[in-house]
Amino acid sequence: MIVFTYDKTFEGLLSCIFYAYERKIFPDIVLAEGTPLPLFCEEVIPILTEEKKSERVWKGLSKKLSQAGLAVITYNWLSELPDTENLLFRYIRKAIDAPKSIELNFGDPDVLLASQIYKKVSYERHRVIQFTRFQKTADNIFFAALEPLYNVLPIAISHFKDRFSDQKWIIYDIKRAYGYFYNLSEVTEIRFETQSSYLITGQLDASLMSEDEQLFQKLWKTYFKSISIKERTNPKLHRQNLPVRFWKYLTEKQ
Amino acid sequence: MNESVLEKLKILAESAKYDVSCASSGTSRKHKAGGIGSAAGWGICHSFAEDGRCISLLKIMLTNHCMYDCAYCINRRSNDIPRATLSVSELVDLTIEFYRRNYIEGLFLSSGIVRNPDYTMERLVRIVKDLRTLYRFNGYIHLKGIPGASPELIHEAGLYADRLSVNIEIPNEQSLQLLAPEKDFQSVFTPMRHIQQRVLESAEERKKYRFAPRFAPAGQSTQMIIGATADSDKDILRLSSALYQRPTMKRVYYSGFVPVNTYDQRLPMLKQPPLVRENRLYQADWLLRFYQFKVDEIVDDAYPDLDLEIDPKLAWALRHPERFPVDINQADYEMLLRIPGLGVKSAKMIIVSRRYGRINVSQLKKMGVVLKKAQYFITCNELPLQTIHEVRPERIRTLLTQPSGKKEDPRQLKLIFEE
Repeated sequence: MIVFTYDKTFEGLLSCIFYAYERKIFPDIVLAEGTPLPLFCEEVIPILTEEKKSERVWKGLSKKLSQAGLAVITYNWLSELPDTENLLFRYIRKAIDAPKSIELNFGDPDVLLASQIYKKVSYERHRVIQFTRFQKTADNIFFAALEPLYNVLPIAISHFKDRFSDQKWIIYDIKRAYGYFYNLSEVTEIRFETQSSYLITGQLDASLMSEDEQLFQKLWKTYFKSISIKERTNPKLHRQNLPVRFWKYLTEKQ
Repeated sequence: MNESVLEKLKILAESAKYDVSCASSGTSRKHKAGGIGSAAGWGICHSFAEDGRCISLLKIMLTNHCMYDCAYCINRRSNDIPRATLSVSELVDLTIEFYRRNYIEGLFLSSGIVRNPDYTMERLVRIVKDLRTLYRFNGYIHLKGIPGASPELIHEAGLYADRLSVNIEIPNEQSLQLLAPEKDFQSVFTPMRHIQQRVLESAEERKKYRFAPRFAPAGQSTQMIIGATADSDKDILRLSSALYQRPTMKRVYYSGFVPVNTYDQRLPMLKQPPLVRENRLYQADWLLRFYQFKVDEIVDDAYPDLDLEIDPKLAWALRHPERFPVDINQADYEMLLRIPGLGVKSAKMIIVSRRYGRINVSQLKKMGVVLKKAQYFITCNELPLQTIHEVRPERIRTLLTQPSGKKEDPRQLKLIFEE
């Protein structure tokens, strides 16, 4: 059994592909550095991440796949699921070896699985766009915290940048402890060093809010209650459409 | 903006909630410098109320004072309910501040009729105009067209709103006259026709001049109340189908009648809203819009009402066993769509993946095609197991309608204990 180990970056994975095709050695399994090795491995090859090589692989891939096919690869990477690197390795190999694009061949188990994960990640991106709730702070920054299932902030941020381009905002992923700050001109990645209470509950303390924030939160909660038709109450459908894992961060559910 | 708005918001949201339209789709607009917001072409639901319906737009009435006395409406003149009116600045503040917090996708503004249709429409148009031009609001706006409003006002409304809608409410003119003596079909269909005309004109102009103003880019929609009158599903769907023939009609909504005015003798007494019927009508509506069905295939004189037990597509398939089984490796897209249990996504997936090789049942299952209903109507790479011709339509019907849950094993002996 041949094992490739890499540094658990996307560029690292692409470097693995480069190495494999350069030496014509194809691994049975790709592992992140530091994970325990399987029992019977003949050869462990540590792969060095090289930007030039990974760029070449990406360029080659963009000739083999459409934009949608490339998005399947990046979305799968952002899913952070346990065996993603091996699935992606097989997917990319199939894409390179096949004479025509494989991205629509849903009869192939790897292509199907990758497209299913792509769908899950893009649904999660959509949910983040739906259920992000901003709270206005005293220094006029709109703050939102959430913990998406997959690491979808990088692909959701362009939507917020376009829509809320005349207000400062922070969207923070509590689970992965990083977020994005928009300062009216550009978006930068940020990390809070301190563990403040709003990074646990997602709700700002009243002392940090701008003065009319509480009024608007109250207005929104009132509206949320009055708009539902009592005769048609349907808690099952409600939970299905508005997953419970988001309730913690939704203003109307406080 | 202060606490007094709270009470008004409550009253006016309560009054607006029976209008079921909620879509924020149909317009794609990037952010403009100096403006607020954008519009996403596919629509975004930002929350869901406890009845499971989506909250996409701030659905609110400008005022719930109304001079009409429509039997089915909560805001009718003779009802003794709290009344309120929002000022322009209050409404604009609410919309923009809610929007900035990502609570909503835009505004859905409606109003009770005050003084006369034109006066009411003019007030609505003024607010939307202010919101767009003075406050540079760039999000989604859905504006209600008041039945009987003059064409000039409709023309102006469409310049600022993304979608306009005029509600039919009752699918039959006699019943409408009975329940809403102040309204007639004329007053509803005239504004609808004006909207359609202007949308088409504007599309034509935009072909010639790139910067010609857009008119209601998301088209128009309408709503019908289900179960308030004795109209059959055939009448309702025929009307919907006729409306969809018009080029700008994007959606017809069906609203299960909620008995809000129980004292009115003209209305039926219902224990609860006809939710199943409403659901079946929506399914039939989807068949009309996305599955290339004709209305006469769904309901006709022999079957004037939809089957409440099974969905309209399955009902059609059981009436037409001669069209099945369908070979999924060969059938065209239109026929794939007619297989019960197979949706647009599954059909498209089958079409693209069968180019690479023949598809078998296990691949179908992995793709996420639900075979519970479809199994009786398809053949694929394997020999068909039990198609509609072997099982018979009546048997399929009982198989699919029997309550799910623990299936009884026929080999298991039953022990009957006397109580």
